[in-house]
Amino acid sequence: MIVEKELSTKYLTVSMGPQHPATHGVLRLVLELDGETVVKCTPDIGYLHRGMEKLGENKTYPVDMTLTSRLDYCSAVANEIGFCIAAEKLLGVEVPERAKFIRTMTSEMVRIASHIIWIAAHAIDIGAMTVFLYSMRDREMILDLFEMLCGARLLHIYPRIGGVRCDVDQKFLDQLWDFTEKFPKLIEEYETLIDQNRIWWQRTKNIGIVSAEDAIALGLTGPTLRGSGVPYDIRKVAPYDAYDKVEFDVPLGKNCDVYDRYRCRMEEFRQSNRIIRQCIEKLPGGLVLNPDAPGLDMMPGPLKKAAPAPAPAADGTAAPAPKVEAGPAFTEIYSATEVPKGELGYYMVSDGTGRPYRMRVRTPSFVHISALQRLCVGVLVADVIALIGTIDIVLGECDR
Amino acid sequence: MDTNIIYNGFYKLIGITGEPGVLAMTVAILIGIVVVLAVVLLHVAYATYFERKVIGHMQLRLGPMRVGPHGLLQPIADGLKLFFKEDIFPATDFKTVFRLAPIYTLFAALSSLAAIPFVSTFYIANINVGILYIFAISAVSTYGIIMAGWASKSKYAFLGGLRSAAQLISYEVAMGLSLVGVMIMAGSLNFIEIVEAQQTHWYGMYLIPQFLGFFVFAIAAFAETNRVPFDLPEAESELVAGYFAEYSGMRFSLFFLGEYVAMIVMSSMSVLCFFGGWTLPPFLTNAIPALNMIPGIFIFIGKVYFHIFVFYWIRATLPRYRYDYLMRLGWKVLIPLALVNIVITSVIKYLA
Repeated sequence: MIVEKELSTKYLTVSMGPQHPATHGVLRLVLELDGETVVKCTPDIGYLHRGMEKLGENKTYPVDMTLTSRLDYCSAVANEIGFCIAAEKLLGVEVPERAKFIRTMTSEMVRIASHIIWIAAHAIDIGAMTVFLYSMRDREMILDLFEMLCGARLLHIYPRIGGVRCDVDQKFLDQLWDFTEKFPKLIEEYETLIDQNRIWWQRTKNIGIVSAEDAIALGLTGPTLRGSGVPYDIRKVAPYDAYDKVEFDVPLGKNCDVYDRYRCRMEEFRQSNRIIRQCIEKLPGGLVLNPDAPGLDMMPGPLKKAAPAPAPAADGTAAPAPKVEAGPAFTEIYSATEVPKGELGYYMVSDGTGRPYRMRVRTPSFVHISALQRLCVGVLVADVIALIGTIDIVLGECDR
Repeated sequence: MDTNIIYNGFYKLIGITGEPGVLAMTVAILIGIVVVLAVVLLHVAYATYFERKVIGHMQLRLGPMRVGPHGLLQPIADGLKLFFKEDIFPATDFKTVFRLAPIYTLFAALSSLAAIPFVSTFYIANINVGILYIFAISAVSTYGIIMAGWASKSKYAFLGGLRSAAQLISYEVAMGLSLVGVMIMAGSLNFIEIVEAQQTHWYGMYLIPQFLGFFVFAIAAFAETNRVPFDLPEAESELVAGYFAEYSGMRFSLFFLGEYVAMIVMSSMSVLCFFGGWTLPPFLTNAIPALNMIPGIFIFIGKVYFHIFVFYWIRATLPRYRYDYLMRLGWKVLIPLALVNIVITSVIKYLA
């Protein structure tokens, strides 16, 4: 008599990353596979942890700004501007109008650069190799512009608390204008390669659907959220810098899938281009840096406001230190900006000294990676790659 | 008496007239094999160079430029580098299988060359079931990939091997069916006869009546050779390198050679069955008689390189298919199309 033994199947556990060509840095995904279908996906992060938040507590505000450019190294200047806005709110520093426009302009330039990295990586992950090289060619133009602007190509450290480091000159503005003239055609070039491609549709349409409610519950922000049709863009809902003075649309998706998020970002290219052009047209004159703003020589001790200086007592003994005017002890603020990847929030607590008492950074990549766990259940291995691409993560930002 | 120029030249050289003996025939065949292998492997080396240049220029780059003028010595430098690289073994229990797999893959790819006539007088063997022979051998080459994936003791390699097995088996069916139309029209399975049969039509190429068959064949050829957009077994962004992830140095280069030889074999098959092999269409040669002066081998090589160029072109253009779409395409689109083609061809042949 033949006894049929029950065959049992075992899930295959694959550790995807931290060294893997498609995990955008050092993300590790522990995938449990049933054949090619993902049963469970556990993101493992922390391979790029540099203790940035703790480090920030030991440095003065202007120095902390240099740390933030290492968060999302694809969009350094946007992180720095976010930090400066937070610090300005905390320290009560005014920003000149011209600096606000320049900041808006550079934010949008870096948004284009970051989205270019995204489309390059997303396309090459799905297998379209040429888009990668086409878009990298165009990113070079943005990097050259940044080099003209501030000397740095990747980590700009361009804004300062109370403005920006240096003024823009006419040559830069002309070249930037030329770029904005050319760029819409270049976007069409990427689209001809992938947008009408059936394989691209198959790989992106109806993949990774996140309903609007889910997207909000998962804490998604930026184009990843707007792809689900939620009109939440901090540039619109809580304008900072000069965003209330320029016109732009917030592209939204309908089907909440990878393709719609792709379309959203492609539209954002065009909107960013539009904002840059308006910034150049409307750029007002004046200073670019508030002279009263704390510079790199800011001391870590208790803050003294530059003016009015306390008069020394007539008998030569030091006057009693004035009450800190920059804000009472333990002021806390949360300030969010729209960086290319989503909402970048800085929560800072000041104890009235030149160093933040606590600096917490809410980075979009960290939140988005946590959503991978939900998104990746039941999809195929190839879709995991598409999903990593669609949430647009940078591990430097996630691990901080 | 054979019309093969290598064999006849050899017999003439050693002074055999009439029917050659077994020894002479064996030596002659060995010489033929050496000549074909040398020529093909040289072409393979430069096919890699060609690929890098073509894709480079399509992607706004220059491709290899450093080694030699315009990087012409790059394939040799690559070969030397791979040859001297350390041979790394993974901690596998199947060392023999691991060693055999690349040899097996290359062996299968190279054996296919035996049945391919490059011109009507230049081939290793002129067998009457040439098409079937090549199908049989390319089915066998799947084993090399499965062996590599299994013996590497790596999960990525394992997944790659499984994907490859499924893919090759599915597309083998579509490919076989796509050529049935050609077989019906030519009434033969012998490549030389198929080419000669094409010459009897004014268009000189089965591409025109058999466009449906060619469509299926072309897609299946991409899948059979694991090229983009069907490079799932070695999908870099998914499975790192797929079945040869654990191979290094010379063993890796054997897989690499095998892939390119397979590409040349598939291109040659397409040239022979759909593009009229080493002949030009009669309407062209009638119009411009000077075209008859071009040696057949150049026409053949030109057509093969055109196919290889298309392989590269597609690689620079398309994204990668997903596993389930690949299967769906193979079973639900290509096989029915190939069957429709067979029915249409046989009805027309019957009526004509």
